[in-house]
Amino acid sequence: MLCDNCKKNEACIHITQINGNKKIDRYLCEDCAANYGEFIMQENSEDQPEVFSINDFLSGIFHNTPQAEETAEPVKSEEYTCPACGMTYMDFTRSGKIGCSKCYDTFRSKLEPLLRRIHGASKHNGKIPQRAGKMLNIQQELALLRKQIQEYITKEEYEKAAQVRDCIRRLENDIESKE
Amino acid sequence: MLLENMFTDDNLVWMDGQGHDNDIVLSSQVRLARNFKEIPFPNRASVTQLTEAKMRILNITSDFSNITKENYTSIDMDKLTNLQKNVLVEKHIISSNFLKNTEARTLIISINSDIAIMLNEDDHLRIQCMQSGLDIKKALEKAFIIDDAVEKKYDMAFDDAMGYLTACPTNLGTGLRASVILHLPGLVATNQVGKIINVSPQLGLAVRGLFGNTAHGHLFQISNQLSLGFEENELVDNLTHTVEEIVSHEREARKALLSYAEEKVCDQAWRALGVLKYARSLSDKELLQLASNVRLGIDEKIITGINENVFNKLIIAGRTNYLTNLQDKESMSQREVDKIRADVTRRIIASSSVKE
Ligand SMILES: [Zn+2]
Ligand SMILES: [Zn+2]
Repeated sequence: MLCDNCKKNEACIHITQINGNKKIDRYLCEDCAANYGEFIMQENSEDQPEVFSINDFLSGIFHNTPQAEETAEPVKSEEYTCPACGMTYMDFTRSGKIGCSKCYDTFRSKLEPLLRRIHGASKHNGKIPQRAGKMLNIQQELALLRKQIQEYITKEEYEKAAQVRDCIRRLENDIESKE
Repeated sequence: MLLENMFTDDNLVWMDGQGHDNDIVLSSQVRLARNFKEIPFPNRASVTQLTEAKMRILNITSDFSNITKENYTSIDMDKLTNLQKNVLVEKHIISSNFLKNTEARTLIISINSDIAIMLNEDDHLRIQCMQSGLDIKKALEKAFIIDDAVEKKYDMAFDDAMGYLTACPTNLGTGLRASVILHLPGLVATNQVGKIINVSPQLGLAVRGLFGNTAHGHLFQISNQLSLGFEENELVDNLTHTVEEIVSHEREARKALLSYAEEKVCDQAWRALGVLKYARSLSDKELLQLASNVRLGIDEKIITGINENVFNKLIIAGRTNYLTNLQDKESMSQREVDKIRADVTRRIIASSSVKE
């Protein structure tokens, strides 16, 4: 068999290349196998994104956001000063650092689109602190139980579903009594 | 590990060459960023407020000892020499950012140095946990144990929608950054590293050379860039799966390399060992390159009779600040450092040789 790449020499090496879920078999001669890496690089170079550092990316966002929004809806600057630490939104765009936990409340509406651009999301989904988040913990558990009950019902395991339903009622009562 | 050994040891528990996929993955790390609710973040806090944040943690350090069954030492950054501080940066125990201001900056570190808490870096707390080999989950478990102990005592800066609030919005949500150090000589030799670096942003990950862009010693660090909108376990699983994929590509690349260039790999490995054994002067880049060749030789069973851990030790012991500090000098010339580096290398190679 001739080499897949140069089509001149006899292929002596078999390489399996995996791109995502595509599997490509290659039969290469010794010379081409030695250049195997470069050969892949060339092949994929068109659909590769530009490499950029996260910091370039961020400062780009900071510098675009205020301008774009100022022209759309001019706001009084004191609306964007944190009452707790005195930081302004301008301070933030300059340093990239938030001053205190109150700042997040103060700048919430400005930060949300920014967060979506950095993280692709603006809603926390992870761990919740034991003290600050008692209610949230219950709500997370409720969501989980409601999913579970659906599963039991589709599997026709009604006895288990009934148990879960009792749990849900208890938690719902907990929330009501706290509110 | 005693405090005085922290600056002179060439061995770190979380870089001991053990763990999953230890032929390719050196270590796994998890960092959680946390702040107290009522105290401004370090960039806007007064010294009194920074000290308050620091004292809150120092007051509960004994809780950490009780739950993790490890002892902890606290080190004030303003009490260390510049050299000592830089050794801690070289060992990845603190960030270089931690040294910008030293006032009320304190490191709390476990005796094994696998748990390190920076107080008043960008955030009030940076909880870091390290683990040998590929085991990010284990590192996360350890970090959560410390985090839980803190949360039990204090109200943390947290928002229902935005999660844990951090000084930099890039850490918001989980406050989690997980990272893994990889040795990828096969992918470098077959010119495939660029492919991984280019694909990583799409997966929410970043890859960089551990020692600069040229990735001396073929060492890379890969970490998650997103911290909001996902559960900690999802972020850790995503990184773990990607690393597993890279590991399997690296094994493939090594197989390909050995099938078309076995003699060359073999020659490079033995040649590198020869230089490390007998050189009288070594630059840091040369040491990393040669140590990497030797490690590949050991992994591929070309070189026997040397403990594979020699690579990890040389990475730590080859750093300039570490070597300078070892000599008890403030600074040394390049020539002096290179000479000491060769001396230390010969000693480590000799002590890592196993009788067959
Ligand atoms: Zn060919
Ligand atoms: Zn504020």
